[in-house]
Parts: sequence; structure tokens; C-alpha cells
Amino acid sequence: MNVTRTTGEIWGMPLILAVVTTFGLISALLGDDMWDRLSWLALAAPLIVIGWHFTRRPTSCRN
Amino acid sequence: MLTADSIRRWCWIHKWTSLVCTLFLLMLCLTGLPLIFRDELSIWLGDAVEPPEHVTPRAAVDLDALVKDAQARRPHDAVKFLIRDDDYPMWFVSLGETPTAPENSALYMYDSRTGDFLKEFPVDHGLVHVLLTLHVDMFAGLPGTLFLGFMGLLFVISVVSGIVVYGPFMRKLPFGAVRRDRSPRLRWLDLHNLLGIATVVWVLVVGVTGVINTLDRPLLGYWQMTEVTDMLQPWKGKPKPAALRPVDDAVRAAEAAEPDMAVRFVAFPATPFAGPHHYMVFMRGQTPLTGRLLKPLLIDVETAQVSAAKDMPWYLTALLLSQPLHFGDYGEMPLKILWALFDLLAIVVLLSGLYLWWKKRDMAEFDLVQQEQLLADGSAS
Repeated sequence: MNVTRTTGEIWGMPLILAVVTTFGLISALLGDDMWDRLSWLALAAPLIVIGWHFTRRPTSCRN
Repeated sequence: MLTADSIRRWCWIHKWTSLVCTLFLLMLCLTGLPLIFRDELSIWLGDAVEPPEHVTPRAAVDLDALVKDAQARRPHDAVKFLIRDDDYPMWFVSLGETPTAPENSALYMYDSRTGDFLKEFPVDHGLVHVLLTLHVDMFAGLPGTLFLGFMGLLFVISVVSGIVVYGPFMRKLPFGAVRRDRSPRLRWLDLHNLLGIATVVWVLVVGVTGVINTLDRPLLGYWQMTEVTDMLQPWKGKPKPAALRPVDDAVRAAEAAEPDMAVRFVAFPATPFAGPHHYMVFMRGQTPLTGRLLKPLLIDVETAQVSAAKDMPWYLTALLLSQPLHFGDYGEMPLKILWALFDLLAIVVLLSGLYLWWKKRDMAEFDLVQQEQLLADGSAS
């Protein structure tokens, strides 16, 4: 039978990505060079997470 | 914990706000994608040029000479603005059929090191113009812009309701699960959820700042009618100035008054922002953040003295800060590429949402099945 996930399990990763994305959007406004590079890294994070889940071997919801 | 009733309500909100705005949002995402690279595209298409890398700079470039050159190219038009380029050593001179005309009749580019005329930038034709006009007002003027702003507002509501229903939908699934072994509809639902939640902050920020940007003309108009009119009040009804000091004097006066700032652009006498007796010099700060903000200085055309200076009101500061966060033009080329990737993902979310609705046009039924399952599971646990 399916397990029901806790709030933490459901929202943990979305919350992390939200914080990282917010940082990335703001940091390039705060300065150049280092701040720009941090922004690129931070904004790449959600894309990498999407890519990782997208290319992962098929998952079944019936575990 | 959401009750079955409130889940149903949020699903209804998500479905209908999305349905109303999706086609317009698709248009905005598709036209917005090349517009991220607007500067590069303009150069590539031959609409604009990069100034030559190596020139022999002249001792001092006479801004007044640029203005006179621009005026001579269109003797019947009026010079509206002198604008400094953010990236290249260039000045733009914009003209209108009258000083108060909202549309530009011409835009000329000059090298700021030599004063050489570089290029006329097309203001009413070309691919970039078409893309930008579609994106900003769909060739329908201010009503078109405000309509797109309303669609943007619906989109923001749709995204927020999407976040709310994400929780209940994911109660049985690990983050990022894509059920490839199940029906295409479930696979696309999973992708819609994964792409939607992972890009949600970017989508919200670009959506909200886009809505704020649709208010630029009303906000500037309101500022002009209130604070600018107040600043110009003492000169109201006075005779037209006998002779104009050159714009260089106004720029020097503004730079002396704000030594830590740089000129972003100058509004010429008789334009709505300067009135007949002044130049309005808009100064900007020197950091990425303050470089986006403006401080207007009113410079008397006869004496070249600062008549008045006032910080921008909060609503124009909000507008100015919304621009970079919408355009993605504040972190070099990698940021633009990231902006484009997010935009492409947003297109996938929009299309998959449309597909999910199309496949199960009676989404309410689908929701109820889900909810019953959720409730059954919920009561069992």
C-alpha cells in the first residue's frame, strides 16, 4: 500500500529550491563578478534537480 | 490540512485562472524568449551596431553637437531624450513628432568617445519591434498592455493555487517522481508538478514584475501629473526662455550636484517631464542595484543651475526594480541563458497543463476521484 508522505517530505525539496532560487535572483542585483557567479550557480540548482529527476530510471509509485 | 472542499475550490481556481490566461501566457513566453537576447538580436539583425573597439577619443565630446546632428536629420521633429547606453560607450538621441508625443519618430546612436553618428535604430519596423510590441501590448496600445497585465494577474493566481494543490497531489509520491510506466496523462501530470514546483519562484517573480511593468505608463503619467507638476509649478505661466544653455551645461551641473552618480538620460525642454524652462537630468547610482534607480534633477535652461531635486516615489522605485527582475538583464550572458531555460520550462508547464485539461476536459471528475482516494487513504492512516 502507498505510504502517505509527511509535510516535511512533500515540501522539503520545494522549499530548498525556493530559497536557493530567491537567493540567485537577488544576488546578481547586489553586485558583480562573485555575486553574478553565485547567482548563476543558485539558479542552475532547480534546473539540475529537474534534469536529475527527469533522466532518472523510471520510478513506480507502488513501492 | 486542507479539507476535501477546499481542495476542490483551489482546483477550480487553478483550472479556470489557467484556462483563461494560458494562450496569452504562451504568447508572452514565446515572444519573451528571443527578447531576453534583445540587444544581441538587434546587433545580429543589423538594427543596432556595437561601437568600434578602438577609436581615437576626442578631448571632450560635445553632447550638444549630437543633439544638433540628430535635429538636422529630422528638422521638423523635436528632440525628446538623450540616453546613455548601459553597456557600450554610446549615446542615443530620441525624437518625436512633437516634444509630448509618446511615440518616438526616430532613435539615433552616437559613439560617446568620438561623437560619431553610428546608426539609426528602427523604431517602427523590424523583428525586434514586432516581438516587443506583441509582448507589451499586442498592437493594441495601452488597453492591450493593461489587458496583458490582467492576464498576468490571473496567471499569478493560477501559480499560487497550483502551489496549494501541489501538496495534496503529492501525498503518495516522492519528490520528482515521474511515473513513466503509467498512462501518458499521469506522466504529464507528474512532469507538470515537477517542473511547476521547481521553477515556481522564478515564474512568480517574472510574473509579478511583468504585471508591475504593465503599469509603467499609468505610473509615469501619475508621477508627471503630481510630483513633476508640483516641481514645475513656480515656472508656470512664465514667458518662454530666450535662449537655451547647451545640454552639456545641464549634465555638468547634475554631475556636480550628485558626484557619486552618473547620467542615465536627459529629458529635453518642452517634454512632459521637463516643462518648457528646464532639462530634467535623471541620474543613477553605480552599483548593480542603485544603477537601476533614478534620481531626477531639474536644471534651469537659462542658468544651468539645479532648480529642484527629488527622489523618485516608491511606486516608480518598485517599477524600476521590477525591470531587471523581469528582463533578466542584470547578470551577464549566463543569467540570460538561465532565463531562457526557465522560460522554456514555463512553456512546458503551460502546454502540459493545457494537455491535462484537454485529455480530461471534465477535470472536476478527475479531482473528485483523486480526492476520494486521498480521503480514503487519509482516514486509513
